[in-house]
Amino acid sequence: MILRRFLMASALVLAFAGPALVEDAPTEVTVKIENFTFNPPEITVKPGTIVTFENADDIPHSVVDKDKKFKSKPLDTGDKFTMTFTDTGEFSYFCGFHPHMVGKVIVKN
Amino acid sequence: MSHHDDGNGGGLTRRHALECMIWAGTGVLWTVAGGVPVSRGFLGTAQAAGMTGFSFVQISDSHVGFNKPANPHADDTLKEAIAKVAAMPGKPAFMIHTGDITHLSKPAEFDAAAQLIGGSGLDVHYVPGEHDLVDEGAGKAYLERYGKNAKGAGWYSFDQAGVHFVGLVNVVGMKPGGMGALGAEQLAWLADDLKAQSDSTPIVVFAHIPLYALYPQWGWGTDDGDQALAMLKRFGSVTVLNGHIHQLMQKVEGNVSFYTARSTAFPQPEPGKAASPGPMLVPAEKLRGLLGVRSVVFAPGKASLAVTDTSLADA
Repeated sequence: MILRRFLMASALVLAFAGPALVEDAPTEVTVKIENFTFNPPEITVKPGTIVTFENADDIPHSVVDKDKKFKSKPLDTGDKFTMTFTDTGEFSYFCGFHPHMVGKVIVKN
Repeated sequence: MSHHDDGNGGGLTRRHALECMIWAGTGVLWTVAGGVPVSRGFLGTAQAAGMTGFSFVQISDSHVGFNKPANPHADDTLKEAIAKVAAMPGKPAFMIHTGDITHLSKPAEFDAAAQLIGGSGLDVHYVPGEHDLVDEGAGKAYLERYGKNAKGAGWYSFDQAGVHFVGLVNVVGMKPGGMGALGAEQLAWLADDLKAQSDSTPIVVFAHIPLYALYPQWGWGTDDGDQALAMLKRFGSVTVLNGHIHQLMQKVEGNVSFYTARSTAFPQPEPGKAASPGPMLVPAEKLRGLLGVRSVVFAPGKASLAVTDTSLADA
């Protein structure tokens, strides 16, 4: 089961850069939405990792799982959507406003 | 209804000619003859505006609720756009709005949009943009307001003085990695709807996202738009009006003329001229030159509709 929750803005969010090594995967990861891209577009994390999507564009975006397992509300500038990936697997998602924007979360042990 | 329906048998009175000339003076007017767009002079404009045809207005991408630096006062510029429409000489038959009425589909945004656009005193035919369908009900709010006589996600057609208008929805069912989408149900409806029309009927199609692949790298196109365009090939006069990209673009393919419209809220960069699409910040004094409204004139006997774009900066 995927657990979904919103973090308070004050919650600690660690920046994440570069391709993830599984053994190095932090427990909290941020995917920044900027210039109509999810950055980084693909992350590999351990089960239980909290992923925060943060919109840095001046236009709303959203995060929609292609298999409809999760879907954020519209994220206006500065808004965040956070969820915990507990199950292993690959989760491909896109922006509900601009479907050419795609990303992937790979969850594995 | 014709805006020049004064019963004098299609002649052109001096007053009306002057009105049309004033109108032409507010923007560049293009017509398409034999597939080649030509800029018309004042006299040509007056003739195109004719006595027996009608005009209508297109506005687009009003994004009511938008307040970012690219235009902190999108409501004000919509109001200015509506004032431009109200000042058009000769009453347009109606207005079309090609989507992104609101920024975030909030009830207050829909309310404000209805009030501001209602200031035109014109009937308005809407199609939704992707920003109009992000309420909790994924489009319920839009359909409750504007879907009364529509099918499916909000598509419909109607006739005006011999011209067949088709409003399409290409912002529902969009696929990951894809662009706009019409979907099988709407395409089947369109095929059926067009069946009743003769080849010589002028067709006007309007939808939010451009129907052809204008710039796929930014998602500016419709994945199954080609199927709709194939159905339109047999008609002698097809005009396709879109929004979404917040700038003027024109293309002619056979008998089909494509036009995208300016927004009333904020401009976007030209395709490929920036890192991404999205609101483009320009010096405040330049903003209104990049926002605007469009009037379209249909004159019987002319294969092409005359399209005039007026920016908010134009006198």
